[in-house]
Amino acid sequence: MEFTLSIIIFTPLIAAVIMGVFLRGDDAIAVRNVKFLALAASVATFLISLVVLFGFDTSASEFQYVEQATWLPGLQYKLGVDGISVLFVILTTFLMPITVLACWHVENRVKEFMMAFLILETLMIGVFCSLDLVLFYFFFEAGLIPMFLIIGIWGGKRRLYATFKFFLYTLLGSILMLIAMIVLWQIAGTTDITRLLEFKVPSVPISLLGWQIEGGLQTIMWLAFFASFAVKMPMWPVHTWLPDAHVEAPTGGSVILAAILLKMGGYGFLRFNLPMFPIASDLLAPMVLWLSVIAIIYTSLVAMMQEDMKKLIAYSSVAHMGFVTMGIFTATRQGIDGAIFQMLSHGLISGALFLIVGVVYDRKHRRDIEYYGGLVVRMPRYAMVFMFFTLANVGLPGTSGFVGEFLTLAAAFQVSTWIAAGAATGVILSAAYALWLFRRVVYGDLVKTAIRDIADLTRREKLVFAPLLVMTLLLGVYPSLVTDVIGTSVQGLVDHVNTQAFAAFDLHANESLVANDSR
Amino acid sequence: MTLDDLTVVLPELVLAVFGMSALIWAVFSTGGRRGAALIWLTSAVFVGMAAWIAFATTGEKMAFSNSFVDDSLSRFAKVMILLSASVVLFISRDFLSRERLAKFEFPVLVGFAVLGMMVMVSANDLIVLYLGLELQSLSLYVLAAFHRNSVRSTEAGLKYFVLGALSSGLLLYGASLVYGFAGTTSLPGIAAAMSPEGLAAQSPAGVNKSIGLLFGMAFMIVALAFKVAAAPFHMWTPDVYEGSPTPVTALFSTAPKVAALVLLARLLTTGFGNVVADWQNIIAAVSVLSMFVGAITAIGQTDIKRLMAYSSIAHMGFALMGAAAGTAQGLEAMLLYMAIYLVMNVGTFAFILSMRRRNQPVTDIYALGMFSKQSPVQALSLMLLLFSMAGIVPLLGFVAKLYVFLAAIDGGMVWLAISGGIASVIGAFYYLRIVYVMYFGEQRTPLDNTIPRSGLITLVASAIIVVVGVVNLFSITQWSTVAALALFQ
Repeated sequence: MEFTLSIIIFTPLIAAVIMGVFLRGDDAIAVRNVKFLALAASVATFLISLVVLFGFDTSASEFQYVEQATWLPGLQYKLGVDGISVLFVILTTFLMPITVLACWHVENRVKEFMMAFLILETLMIGVFCSLDLVLFYFFFEAGLIPMFLIIGIWGGKRRLYATFKFFLYTLLGSILMLIAMIVLWQIAGTTDITRLLEFKVPSVPISLLGWQIEGGLQTIMWLAFFASFAVKMPMWPVHTWLPDAHVEAPTGGSVILAAILLKMGGYGFLRFNLPMFPIASDLLAPMVLWLSVIAIIYTSLVAMMQEDMKKLIAYSSVAHMGFVTMGIFTATRQGIDGAIFQMLSHGLISGALFLIVGVVYDRKHRRDIEYYGGLVVRMPRYAMVFMFFTLANVGLPGTSGFVGEFLTLAAAFQVSTWIAAGAATGVILSAAYALWLFRRVVYGDLVKTAIRDIADLTRREKLVFAPLLVMTLLLGVYPSLVTDVIGTSVQGLVDHVNTQAFAAFDLHANESLVANDSR
Repeated sequence: MTLDDLTVVLPELVLAVFGMSALIWAVFSTGGRRGAALIWLTSAVFVGMAAWIAFATTGEKMAFSNSFVDDSLSRFAKVMILLSASVVLFISRDFLSRERLAKFEFPVLVGFAVLGMMVMVSANDLIVLYLGLELQSLSLYVLAAFHRNSVRSTEAGLKYFVLGALSSGLLLYGASLVYGFAGTTSLPGIAAAMSPEGLAAQSPAGVNKSIGLLFGMAFMIVALAFKVAAAPFHMWTPDVYEGSPTPVTALFSTAPKVAALVLLARLLTTGFGNVVADWQNIIAAVSVLSMFVGAITAIGQTDIKRLMAYSSIAHMGFALMGAAAGTAQGLEAMLLYMAIYLVMNVGTFAFILSMRRRNQPVTDIYALGMFSKQSPVQALSLMLLLFSMAGIVPLLGFVAKLYVFLAAIDGGMVWLAISGGIASVIGAFYYLRIVYVMYFGEQRTPLDNTIPRSGLITLVASAIIVVVGVVNLFSITQWSTVAALALFQ
């Protein structure tokens, strides 16, 4: 199949267009049609994406399902997946039907809501499949518009502040990346990512305004790309948009934001920062590692003191993303395997946690922890699901959360004991805030009258949680499902980075030798 | 003057004859609807002429001792000018009728203004340049004050006239300096005087560039910056945009900008192409200032016409970024930028023209509160146009910015591209604010639901263009490449 990826990308978009043009009216039947169309489209996309997964050759490290066409002058429409990106595509298509199902009860402007989600799905899959620099930017940035509307229209009370902050923050980060992309395009003469991966960006030290910059152009470009992905990820200290956006977004928006949009940052590091600027990555890795450790400890502490459930989970996301950046910039096979695993697992777990908050929020329209307590009395099944994902979030062995944290910590230990030790405290802290949240919300006596009548999970909600639960458990006990797929590509990436970084090291060594000789 | 010369200027002649005969016909005929009829007719004539210019002629022809040139650049610009002016007339008819402004003078004046613009983009000589510029400006002064009984409209007209006259004066002063030192008014002649040999001939002692020529050049750049409303010569723009009748504002923000920018590009490339380093930084500075002034000052605006004025200032900054590169690629980026800008602006003004409440035009942004509930199609179209103007992917406005950034970086001005990037983030804020008002703002007294069919067609069509255009830009690049190369041979 030549156009499989295009089909996957554009199926949701076509469904959204059909929805916008043909499905009219506001009555119950129209609303139901809209919902079923959205569900059907997202399920269909998922099924088609499985074709890619099963047809994927895990022994090859190059891009597969490549398709190419000319686009605007100088640019191409080029798609393809490798071991690193294919699972993100699957994660996106897997979570989308679940999100649609979880948003079944939306009442306000259902058609627009579903359209925004489907368009967002198109853009997210596009990000992971693009093999052209500008095409990547297209998909990467365009997600801002639907997300802006999702938070703005269907969000909470302070949605205006949150959505503007989200939009402008992310845009500022990305625009620097755009400039760097154009510079890269200019010096390499191509926007084809496969060719750019082979291209060696100049790393001769340059001086700018009196500053000597080690790694030269590579460092500058690395920083520009980093600015964009670090905001998206988000890394400490540019994470402040995330709690606001999460708190104000509707449940579905939070799920997508945490589970997929954040992963674009990590994916960007893996696709651009690390392989295209290996020397700069080598130079700046300590900075990233320390930022990650700060993020892990600091945001875990902040999470502990939150009074809003969504905000707590949002901060916990930042902490978990800290493990991802740490894993990536150890530039070892283990670390990158762990980072990808952590991203996928966090996609499942954080998505589930936001849905868990959504369940009680739908019933009571309150998110503050104080308001609840003793839910286990009325909602035993809910308590069980909550418990499972809390433990997965903590990283209990047997759940997918464990594998990612363990691998990244093991990799970090090889690089620096201090980093690993700092990050490991984060694991303890995460247990503290997650279990404390669970205790306050679920355990204890059901004394508050306002929640006496709260009902347990409905059949639809069970259907939403079941696949997430199964996948979390499956990846936890059988992690090679993931590592087998990503292994070859990750090994290729690590080899590529090491050869280039070592080559540069040798070059510098030679230069100093020559310098010594001449003396 | 021979017949050959006349065939080169045939489109201009036809338009002039059309304008004058329309004037005579309207004076002698009676009947209430002649104004409206003439608007339709003029609009149709513009489209016909655009098609004629686009497809009938090729190559490069000179007329009147090389003072008037008909090349691919001028044709590209003329097509843009004619089409945008035609669409502006198309969307204005309804507004003018409602406001009892559909007088026959309106299309006639627009016709003469367009004639002036066509002469401007073909000017290869300082005199022809001035001729076209003044014909355009004089018509536009009158148009700004077209709503005679409105104090603000007359104020706008007067303000525009005084400042426009000042800038014309600057232009003349600069042109006379250039003429005095170069000894010729023809642009290639000036280029020759500015070439190393020419400079050596002027000052045999050394190779000093003539201060007089550079002064003249600077004055002319300033005057043209006035005309395109680039900062720091933009002060007249918001007031004139706000005071003029909205159709006139729509016209101001489209066709004259193209004419003045193409004129500027031709002057700089053909006339001063040998001293790129001397004007490059001026243009770059004007570009950066415009982008920031436009982006920052627009934040506080609540009147959509004033906001569009600042938005156009910022857009001119981006377009000038292409010109600042001083390369064929830069010129092409500028042309593409302008083409895309025209589409977005025309669509937005089609909507602004239809904003009415209790049968009175409104221009307050907050009047659009929750407009998306009232008319989802219009709100969606306007949202797409606004996101496109903000330069957000995946819309056409982003492609426009991408190419000017590329040109700037290619011309070695990375700092210019970075400032452009930051300015576009700041600028995104005020476009987003309109979206927010429409989609999740406060509900106010709803607007009258009176968008005329012409306005709706234009609005929706331009929204579709900014979305679908990213597929291949409708192959417009094959024309713009040729157009840009006309100056670089």
